[in-house]
Amino acid sequence: MGSYVPSTQEERLAMLEAIGLKSFREMYREVPDSIYLDRPLNIPEGMSELEVSKAMAKMAGKNHVFSTVLRGAGAYDHYIPSIVKYVPAKEEFLTAYTPYQAELSQGILQSIFEFQTMICELTGMDVSNASVYDGATAAAEAAAMCRDRKRKVTLVSGAAHPDTIATIRTYCYGTGDEMRIVPVKDGKTDMDALKSMLTADVASFYVQQPNFFGQFEEADAIGEAVHAAGAMYIMGCNPIALAITKTPVASGVDVAVGEGQPLGMPLSWGGPYLGFMATTTKHMRKLPGRIVGETLDHDGNRAFVLSLQAREQHIRREKASSNICSNQALCALTAGVYMSTMGPQGMAQVAKQSMAKAHYLAKGLTAIEGVELCHTGEYFHEFVTTMPKKDEVLAALEKADILGGLPVEEGLLWCATEKVSKETLDQVIAIVKEVLA
Amino acid sequence: MKLVFEKSVPGRHTTMLPACDVEEVALPQALVRETAPALPELSETEVSRHYTELCQHVHGVNCGFYPLGSCTMKYNPRIDEEAANLPGFANVHPLAPAHTVPGCYEALDTARKYLCEITGMDDMTFQPAAGAHGEFTGVLLIKQYHESRGDTKRNKIIVPDSAHGTNPATAAMCGYQIVNIASAPNGCVDLDALKAVLGDDTAGLMLTNPNTVGIFDENILEITRLVHEAGGLCYYDGANLNAVMGVARPGDMGFDCIHLNLHKTFATPHGGGGPGAGAVGCKDFLAPYLPKSATMDGGNGIQVRGFAGNFLVVIKALAYVMTLGKEGIPEASKNAVLNANYLQAKIKGTFTPAFDRICMHEFVLDLSQYKKETGVSALDVAKSLIDYGMHPPTMYFPLIVHEALMLEPTETESKETLDWAADVFRQLYELGFKDPEFMHNAPHNAQISRPDEVRAARTPILRYQKG
Repeated sequence: MGSYVPSTQEERLAMLEAIGLKSFREMYREVPDSIYLDRPLNIPEGMSELEVSKAMAKMAGKNHVFSTVLRGAGAYDHYIPSIVKYVPAKEEFLTAYTPYQAELSQGILQSIFEFQTMICELTGMDVSNASVYDGATAAAEAAAMCRDRKRKVTLVSGAAHPDTIATIRTYCYGTGDEMRIVPVKDGKTDMDALKSMLTADVASFYVQQPNFFGQFEEADAIGEAVHAAGAMYIMGCNPIALAITKTPVASGVDVAVGEGQPLGMPLSWGGPYLGFMATTTKHMRKLPGRIVGETLDHDGNRAFVLSLQAREQHIRREKASSNICSNQALCALTAGVYMSTMGPQGMAQVAKQSMAKAHYLAKGLTAIEGVELCHTGEYFHEFVTTMPKKDEVLAALEKADILGGLPVEEGLLWCATEKVSKETLDQVIAIVKEVLA
Repeated sequence: MKLVFEKSVPGRHTTMLPACDVEEVALPQALVRETAPALPELSETEVSRHYTELCQHVHGVNCGFYPLGSCTMKYNPRIDEEAANLPGFANVHPLAPAHTVPGCYEALDTARKYLCEITGMDDMTFQPAAGAHGEFTGVLLIKQYHESRGDTKRNKIIVPDSAHGTNPATAAMCGYQIVNIASAPNGCVDLDALKAVLGDDTAGLMLTNPNTVGIFDENILEITRLVHEAGGLCYYDGANLNAVMGVARPGDMGFDCIHLNLHKTFATPHGGGGPGAGAVGCKDFLAPYLPKSATMDGGNGIQVRGFAGNFLVVIKALAYVMTLGKEGIPEASKNAVLNANYLQAKIKGTFTPAFDRICMHEFVLDLSQYKKETGVSALDVAKSLIDYGMHPPTMYFPLIVHEALMLEPTETESKETLDWAADVFRQLYELGFKDPEFMHNAPHNAQISRPDEVRAARTPILRYQKG
């Protein structure tokens, strides 16, 4: 069996003796006999590292890693620079706990402060927290921070990611508050419906930009309507798109959140990912989760600490803004390394190339008879097409080692990133054409 | 240390991408960003050196002893990282067709089977991303269960005053009123206090066992029986499971649902604050209420985050359980408890244990008398430990002990390390009588001296602004 216990049998006996005991059972004297486990656990025997290595490789080997991924829907296959994999793997970053002790955690605290700054730069907001679990929980936490005694209803665009909608609904269910879905029209939030639903009990409206179908929402008009009704405006953003698109703050957003996975995290079958949350100074003290602040140490040197902790569960207990404790710090570090490596130009390149390739693919696909864009609006790097023989198309692409678009009600939801070459896109178009011929 | 922004030079960049091989598309004017985000502009050398510099000012488990109570800072095996980095796990899309990812389902099923056996539960979800998130999920199971029976007047969750802050915060997020009950003098649940608050409005009890003072509650069966008798359910906060794996199972203690901190008990690294994984286990009758993903499982009930949770963290925990196996799991717990007792015994005679008895995997020192005598506080001692290369214990928790220092050495520390740590504590104990001023000003050799937290809160600077 494998073991990470360093002490030898002799040492264990000596230690037992030092505490005045003769057996381990004596050490567990408070455990009643009736529940003291007197049988071995029904799990396999332990293994050496070599055996574990082989077993895990065998399990992972049963999965198929597609060489081309044209599926997004909340998880995006962007290129991850090599250095972005190496830095967060450094053992100090990997194995440290939350930086409660500032004097020996300046490295982590500073990296979080830098991450917060980068998120503020991307979103245009004033304050960012140190991360939450993922984009869906960021949206749910944002909705929770907007609710108060008078305004308890959360409106959510039906064009948001289904997992996000379900997560917001669950958080509302917890506190006993209501969530209402604003209908979708032509792949976007139905503005007329939104206006009619913005009643005096509405706390906030959540919209995803670009939305689940890849469409750009009318961010400014939404902001005007939401604020005219006295509600708060929450936007779920794609951080890659933000490198080139209008900032949430410019559209009047009060809380900008999003899924940070595109910032250097692999697809990972869904996690760990990275939820980011940023807001204006006005709402700073309602923001949940950890926040790092700059201060001075007693010698007058710059120092970083966990700050504004009076919002948090370990101080406020049942009155805290959220129960969140652990977040996704290492993923925030990863995002920080990614953004430092790519820089503003590199990030813009990723955004522009992803968008250009998606449009190239859309153009090629819709030239095929029977394939049409389902929505008429502007889109970023995702779009929905009709697709006759959906299953056959996906099977043919799979044979060519290509993960095709995600089946949705209207057809397929496609996504392209900078990783896919023109040559491959041409191949995809040819395969679809052949299946539909 | 300079901030990454202070190292930035306009125009400096890396070359990660080829030129675009398709026609560029212009964004509609209304969507164009006016000014580019002021992200750092660096060469790759500078990125590498910047983060290496930061990493030199971090204390990880790999750097030295880390007896941070309640956090189970055990060694994080590197093979587990390697397993999680396998392309077959790391590079698969969460919405890839199920037939292309049988290995993912096998990993989750295997982890579920093993962890249910270790905890005495029947089913488990891996969707929650951390311990507090698991608590939220678990208490929602309780809520759904009562509602499904039309038992709607149960609006109270009972939480002992020794509990982690996440427990009451979680119950509040689930819409419950919180009933705090005072602990008995021995730090355990006061049965009379419990009986006094139980009733037909009790939704459930949240408890960790061993509790936060490091004691296994000998009345545990009576506690869970009383709660059940009143019609409530029992929630097990798995923060302290590392004491009892393979020795006593929460399911056998009478708990109905639990969360596990895979990033504590099952050796996955904390990453400077996450990602963790807060697997939630339950008995069969609660299984229908476990969360599902709308996109992956077609679920339309509760869902606590996107997709399947922190999947790669589960892979790490699975590799760990496979390594230890049926003998290694109880061995880990027994040695965690042995190490804690050994360290407590060695420290005794200097600083005073809050509860002078055999402990579980952690113990609490009460420095209130010492502070009266020397003026040296738990904070001063904690900060002084930093100069010895030791991460301080958890301070001022649990709230029921004043001037508390909570130590959890874990099973992966050697006898020499424990002997050394006890010696450091003895030296500091003596130093407090001789030179308290020196300890008030500790640490002396860290990268910074004590930071001004009041200033940080009063005049918040939460991002870099170009000067």
